[in-house]
Amino acid sequence: MNNNFYIKSSVSIKKHKIVLDETEVFSSATDGFTAFSKEAYKNFEINYPKFFKMDNLSKLAFLGADLLLKKQGLNATDNDIALILANKSSSLDTDATYQETIADKENYFPSPAVFVYTLPNICIGEISIKHKLYAENSFFIFEDFNPKFLKEYSEFLIQSKKTTQVLWGWVEYFKKDYQATMYLISKEGKQVHSLENITKIYTQ
Amino acid sequence: MSKEVYITKTNCITPLGFDVQSNFKAVLEKKTGVSSTNTYAQFPEIYLAEILDAEIDKHFSKLTSEGTYTRLEKLAILALQPVLEGKQITNKSVLILSSTKGNIKLLQENTAIAEANLGKLAQKIANFFGFSTQPIVVSNACVSGVMALSVAKRMLQFSEYEEAFVVAADEVSEFVISGFNSFQALSNQLCKPYDKDRKGINLGEAVAAAHLTLKKETALVRIAGDASVNDANHISGPSRTGEGLFRSIKAALNEAEIPSEDIDFISSHGTATLYNDEMEAIAFGRSNLLDKPLFSLKANYGHTLGASGLLETVISIEALQQNTILPSLGYKEMGVSQPVTIYTLPKEVKTTYFLKTASGFGGCNTAMVFEKLMN
Amino acid sequence: MDNLKLELKTKIIETLNLEDLSVEEIADNDPLFGDGLGLDSIDALELIVLMDKDYGIKLTDPKEGKSIFQSIQTMATYIEQNRTK
Repeated sequence: MNNNFYIKSSVSIKKHKIVLDETEVFSSATDGFTAFSKEAYKNFEINYPKFFKMDNLSKLAFLGADLLLKKQGLNATDNDIALILANKSSSLDTDATYQETIADKENYFPSPAVFVYTLPNICIGEISIKHKLYAENSFFIFEDFNPKFLKEYSEFLIQSKKTTQVLWGWVEYFKKDYQATMYLISKEGKQVHSLENITKIYTQ
Repeated sequence: MSKEVYITKTNCITPLGFDVQSNFKAVLEKKTGVSSTNTYAQFPEIYLAEILDAEIDKHFSKLTSEGTYTRLEKLAILALQPVLEGKQITNKSVLILSSTKGNIKLLQENTAIAEANLGKLAQKIANFFGFSTQPIVVSNACVSGVMALSVAKRMLQFSEYEEAFVVAADEVSEFVISGFNSFQALSNQLCKPYDKDRKGINLGEAVAAAHLTLKKETALVRIAGDASVNDANHISGPSRTGEGLFRSIKAALNEAEIPSEDIDFISSHGTATLYNDEMEAIAFGRSNLLDKPLFSLKANYGHTLGASGLLETVISIEALQQNTILPSLGYKEMGVSQPVTIYTLPKEVKTTYFLKTASGFGGCNTAMVFEKLMN
Repeated sequence: MDNLKLELKTKIIETLNLEDLSVEEIADNDPLFGDGLGLDSIDALELIVLMDKDYGIKLTDPKEGKSIFQSIQTMATYIEQNRTK
């Protein structure tokens, strides 16, 4: 039995720059992530109005996943690609935005559209809806980037036949600092799924 | 061949008691921890299930008087303590925390936002007990508690770890009350899972803990199968077809290698919102499980978010040991389109397998199958 | 009434983040949900907050919202009759 796993395709979004399979595909000098993500959305002709309703963490994860998955020639109705995402700050950035809507007791209008994003796994839902991923999914939180756990967990999902491919991602957004490192793990590919290669993509 | 994973010890703390026995007895007697309170000025006469601060402090002061801990940290430590008692933590032991909002109350106290980080909360609990390995945090909306158990089981199967301690904790806060209220999801009376007059959820708080190991000796149950499949439908609205839950149940039964016929009872999510309970009934119908007794504990405990899945599993493991189907408090008359089987009084039946399910925002679902061990 | 309708269109585009739409593209009788503007259940809840915040109208029955939020026209009519601010 073939026990090797490969990184089929990878994407990195940070510092207003998007790198897809080791090639820079977009960059911008605009101010702030919201404006940057809008430019990227237009550039890649994503054409999905719900994008603008998302919070920044979801926009970040959605953009990365969309660029990766578009290259894969997915089925229109049903796909088996597990989503294993993680970060450090959970949804704290949006939590703080929501907290502001309940801080003033005289002007108390909690927003349901903000509240729903105070759960980090909502970005998994957004990606699943767009790409019809009826598959295993979990969101993890770590004080520090933990490639070892995420690597082993993802490979186990394929090995135990719970899924055929895994979309793996570190998606962090907190106080304007952001980074998305995402890739697709499969039994086919050229780049071996090793800790060295994961770290290379994470730091590139 | 995958390794077999067992649960040897459990615990829980809720408004109904500080251990499993007192909680199980209260559920059998159809007691509720939910009551009307006016503690939150913006929400007068709201129905909540809260643990008394004085009780928490009384128990915690017996444990230690050193260090500063938030209310939730105290609860998590108190829940884990008896589960860890007499066990040696090694570099093969791992701590797994499930929580949706953790120390979110810190946001209203003008502390640095980063203090409310879930990773920090997990590390604080890990440090208290002296874990040397990095804790794992699962934060996956309302399925977190049962998903954490599934993650723990998988970790024991694929990694070098030999035992896992899972703790699931969430508390009531103005943050979650106002949010669920803005979703018009709160009931203005005791909630009524699957009932025709159900009007929404009651929020609650709880902590639950479990010890998982690869050793069969002294085990209560074996985790026979588990799966978490997304609905790919809507970020807050339950699926009309129950697709993700249906697929999760199917995959969990597959791994357990048993037909749905072998399930003796279902410990469901049953939040008592119109759409959640209906979605579940459809998924159970599609899974040929309508004739299997099902219960929701939401009217006993309220919806305890990231704690609920583990809390309900802990109580259900006790029901499995006692060969008892639990009653669903709050239920009177069938209010879902598929006729699920619900009891209003406890019933003794010989039981071997049960199914635990949960569903939540983001379209997430988790299903797990547990098998009783005859020790 | 026309001012109110224009105001509502601007507010809805802004509050519900309808980036791809302009005020001119929304007709008074366009359905807000379903095939029209394609709003969903979270948008409906957000409109309930908007009614409370800007016009002092509290809606507690979700079924009530359905008929009020049919179009800009129905919303404006309801606000005219029930506003407290």
